[in-house]
Amino acid sequence: MTRDVFLFLSAFLASAVEMVEALTIVLAVGVTRGWRSTLFGVGAALLALAALIAALGPSIANAPIKVLQVVVGGLLLVFGLQWLRKAILRASGHMALHDEAAIYAREREEAERAEAPSGSAVDWYSFTLAFKGVFLEGLEVAFIVITFGSARSGGIAIAAAAAGAALLVVLVVGAVVHAPLSRVPENTLKFGVGLLLTTFGTFWSAEGAGASWPGQDVALVAILAFFALASFGAVRSLEANA
Amino acid sequence: MKYVVAFLRFWYEFVVGDDWRVAVSIVAAIGLTAALVSWGVNAWWVMPIAVVLALYASLRRATAG
Repeated sequence: MTRDVFLFLSAFLASAVEMVEALTIVLAVGVTRGWRSTLFGVGAALLALAALIAALGPSIANAPIKVLQVVVGGLLLVFGLQWLRKAILRASGHMALHDEAAIYAREREEAERAEAPSGSAVDWYSFTLAFKGVFLEGLEVAFIVITFGSARSGGIAIAAAAAGAALLVVLVVGAVVHAPLSRVPENTLKFGVGLLLTTFGTFWSAEGAGASWPGQDVALVAILAFFALASFGAVRSLEANA
Repeated sequence: MKYVVAFLRFWYEFVVGDDWRVAVSIVAAIGLTAALVSWGVNAWWVMPIAVVLALYASLRRATAG
């Protein structure tokens, strides 16, 4: 139960962060250059992603669980530490904050400068930008869902449901606001997601290497608390030296 | 070939990122855990310690100078 809740929460938050980034690009291009070619680009990216996941998914599901735990745990850990490291550097003033409003303004400016299409031809600039944004961010979501889900039975369904819920929330909020989700505290979210990814990665990689956690799933809470304390300590210490 | 290189670079930057030494430390810690377990030690504690040490070392490198 603890593991399912953590898994859903982690996959939801991590997917939402990536989707907010994709939405920023799509909105900037769509608002500036029109929606037809932009939405073609989004559709083509979603199709390409679905084909890639359908091709790779079953081979991952057939791998032995211990091997998956080590590989997936190690990947999640390296990936999560990268997020955590950046979040700590941002929170302590050693790195610029990720600003969706500034990214949106820059994307719009670049879209306005690009040559406009003639007549009713497909606007390849909008198509390519929307395709690239959705495909690359979507690949990251797919990576999160597959890695989170594959280390335990039934996990893919939970992680996919979490990603689906995140997509729904981001799309609804994006449609209502019709502007980049700059009020989403993205850096705080990334801090939280980095902690969760690191926690899961640590738990699975140690379990995959043959170790048994005291208290089994409850150990996840202790690991999370340990990393949270260590991270806040690092922020405080770096703030003093900023 | 160009697209394969770009695809691999995307995954390297996405998963490993700015500091490859973190990835190396994690692989070494998993190996150490597996080795200790094979010698009969329930080495669950290796990973949390290694993670914090790898994180602190990486932060130190990033903020040095």
